[in-house]
Amino acid sequence: MVGITAFGGYVPKLRLARQAIVDAHVWADPSLAGKAKGERAMCNWDEDAVTMAVEAARACLNGDASAPGAIYFASTSAPFADRQNAGIVSTALSLPEGIASLDIASSQKAGVSALLQGIGAVRGGLYESALVVASEKRRVQAGSPGELAYGDGAAALTVGQEGVLAEFVAAQSSTVDFIDHFRGATEAYDYTWEERWIRDEGLAKIAPPCIEQALAKAGLDAGAVDHFIMPSTIGRAVAGIARKVGITKGAVADNLHGVMGASGAAHPLVMLLHVLETQAKPGQTIVLSSFGQGCDVLVLRATAALADYQSANGIVDALARRQVENNYQKFLTFNDLIRLEKGMRAENNDYKTALSVTYRKRDMLLGLVGGRCSQCGTLQFPRTDICVNPQCHAQGAQEPCSFREQPAKVLTWSADYLAYTADPPSHYGMIAFEEGGRFMTDFTDVAAGEVEVGLPVYMVFRIKSVDSRRGFVRYFWKAAPAAR
Amino acid sequence: MATGIKDKVAILGMGCSRFGERWESGAEELMVEAFTEAVGDAGIDISEIDAAWFSTHYEEINVGKGGLPLSVALRLPNIAVTRVENFCASGSEAFRGAVYAVASGACDIALALGVEKLKDTGYGGLPGGLGGTLTPQWSANASAPGSFAQLASAYRAKHGVERDELKRAIAHVSVKSHANGVKNSKAHLRREITEEDAINAPMIAEPLGLFDCCGVSDGAAAAIVTTPEIAKRLGKENIVSVKALQLSLSNGAESGHNSWDGSYFHTTRIAAKKAYDEAGIGKPREQVSMFECHDCFSITEMVTMEDLQLSPEGGAINDVMDGFYDADGQIPCQIDGGLKCFGHPIGASGIRMLYEMYLQLQGRAGERQLPKPSIGMTHNLGGSPMSNVAAVCIVGAYE
Repeated sequence: MVGITAFGGYVPKLRLARQAIVDAHVWADPSLAGKAKGERAMCNWDEDAVTMAVEAARACLNGDASAPGAIYFASTSAPFADRQNAGIVSTALSLPEGIASLDIASSQKAGVSALLQGIGAVRGGLYESALVVASEKRRVQAGSPGELAYGDGAAALTVGQEGVLAEFVAAQSSTVDFIDHFRGATEAYDYTWEERWIRDEGLAKIAPPCIEQALAKAGLDAGAVDHFIMPSTIGRAVAGIARKVGITKGAVADNLHGVMGASGAAHPLVMLLHVLETQAKPGQTIVLSSFGQGCDVLVLRATAALADYQSANGIVDALARRQVENNYQKFLTFNDLIRLEKGMRAENNDYKTALSVTYRKRDMLLGLVGGRCSQCGTLQFPRTDICVNPQCHAQGAQEPCSFREQPAKVLTWSADYLAYTADPPSHYGMIAFEEGGRFMTDFTDVAAGEVEVGLPVYMVFRIKSVDSRRGFVRYFWKAAPAAR
Repeated sequence: MATGIKDKVAILGMGCSRFGERWESGAEELMVEAFTEAVGDAGIDISEIDAAWFSTHYEEINVGKGGLPLSVALRLPNIAVTRVENFCASGSEAFRGAVYAVASGACDIALALGVEKLKDTGYGGLPGGLGGTLTPQWSANASAPGSFAQLASAYRAKHGVERDELKRAIAHVSVKSHANGVKNSKAHLRREITEEDAINAPMIAEPLGLFDCCGVSDGAAAAIVTTPEIAKRLGKENIVSVKALQLSLSNGAESGHNSWDGSYFHTTRIAAKKAYDEAGIGKPREQVSMFECHDCFSITEMVTMEDLQLSPEGGAINDVMDGFYDADGQIPCQIDGGLKCFGHPIGASGIRMLYEMYLQLQGRAGERQLPKPSIGMTHNLGGSPMSNVAAVCIVGAYE
């Protein structure tokens, strides 16, 4: 039996109230007035598809020491066009360097395609297990429909043969160059065709036959489908597909529009996690569909193991970790949608990154790996030749030790209005890890007045700074309040 | 066995430029201004200087690297000029180089000159630096006030101090320095403020407001040193000699090992103890007449009073509020206005502090002259609370 063996989800803590978006644009487009309900997930300034993928994958693996044979990273909003994004995720999680990695992109079905590739590879015996991560932060122009409809998020799954939670039953794909929207290689934003045409000529004609063929392969009646997962930002389009195929109305899964918005290529998997966590019962059938220049459709069946499975951090947990943002200006600022005066101090980020240093220190910078002195046991970050313990100073005695999962508390802090950050004040301070080790680090996802000495924090993978002149994103770990 | 520096070296002459936003002057003009006063005060000819130590921190926005900027600006007679840099303690480092050169017997007369031209950056506050190729890839997005502000959080937690109580105490630290700065014609900031002004000022880095931060100033300061014997031979009276000169640097323990609580300066405590030992001072609270502390931020000054063993641990707030460090208090601190109001041209500051102690000990401090000081101390700090360079220098009357 091959199938999904674990999962983890991630949704940024910030949720932009759609009312705030509508309030900003309704003067120009009165029809927006009816679209002010709910909220969309919004990346903090220091989050992108890679950072969200790290957090989702981290929750999925949950300290599992058995490394997957491959990592698949799916996104249409990956920060690097030519630098394996999956490799950043892999290094951030200290996965062994002897695994395969692959970025899957260029279509809204990339997330399900990645899962399909992972299942295929494990079924074919290429790998014992595979890690599939889909993550999306779609760029939208201010005032565009996507600004209201989309939301940022990520989902990670492992595929394997042991402890299967949802068994692979059948799959069907189609490839049709239907251009509902496109984004040229040098463009920042999508160009989108008319919704009615997409719904009637695209979704309604391309998806049903693919779903029907998948069900036929599985030997299943459409009426027996318990959960039908298919994202679409077009109202009633998915209900229409279900009706056409014969899937019951009650089987159509919540697309989470009200609580986070559509997370692009990641969204089918985000919705799948939500179904697995909240609805799917052992033995139930799940149809997972995606749409983007054709379809990938998977038929899955929940196993008895699902009933006992508890994700370290699923989509339900991620949705619960929430802070409503009513300031639309922050969304514009964080997403570079406004030409804002940043001040000369922002120029401090305008330096080339010494890539040879980034590589030499990759376990430290991406994996938060420090050292443990084999003589005195002191934990320390960074790892150096000579132990930091004043009573020890042993030389060459340190073994690599990751601080990713070490609990810590705030020792000192300040909220700084002078240092440049997209989200002032810049919160930072010394954090002391409970088992030893400390360093001064940036804090993130904190509200004004929230930080105090002794506050429990945990480490999260984030953008450290961006070299926008050269298009390079620097990553490191930051401390976030521990309520997870 | 080392015998220490006590009374081996005398200050022959000192000079200090006016500090402030010296839009009309570059580093070169500031160096000449300080040096002209110092060499005149010493009563020597430039040709009598055997070697020079030159301190400046931000070479990128200032004069560039090396010893040449000093040599060229002063047209020194092709002598050795060594550039030193040790963050904000660079001035003390230049002084140490000159003092050690004389003490070793290698030089009869040596010059220490520090300068910083900060106001060519285009914005307020100190410029940020990268700190190498690795540091910017992981260290926190910190400014100088944000780095030092963290002392307040740890000090409050350790001693159970309410935020309002701390805000008022550090406000008084600044009020006192502003009052002193009014009487100093070379000072950058010469306006009295009230505690309410300081408490209600715009926030820079919690809990430090605008008046908790020192001035960002252009300026230069110079010291010419020699042996007490030569000073006497040159006819000098009221000779001021070096009693102690100590430097202590962090080794990563504060920033990387859980033995430090974040509320004090580990290095200052070490440097102060060594300096008191070197100078033979057993009861600093009773024996030190006055001192210049590295008051880059009000909170720095407050916790440093404990690190220098002048206030008991946890007792600085009481001493500050009692006026113990005011101009008419038991140990006047920042009698010249300090970094807060005299200003903080980084490479010059350590020498500027000595300049005031020297004037006071010679009875030449004019309006702000203290009654009969005998021991003056300077505390010059570079870096951040987590990792720093602490310099403590004690000077006094040569007997």
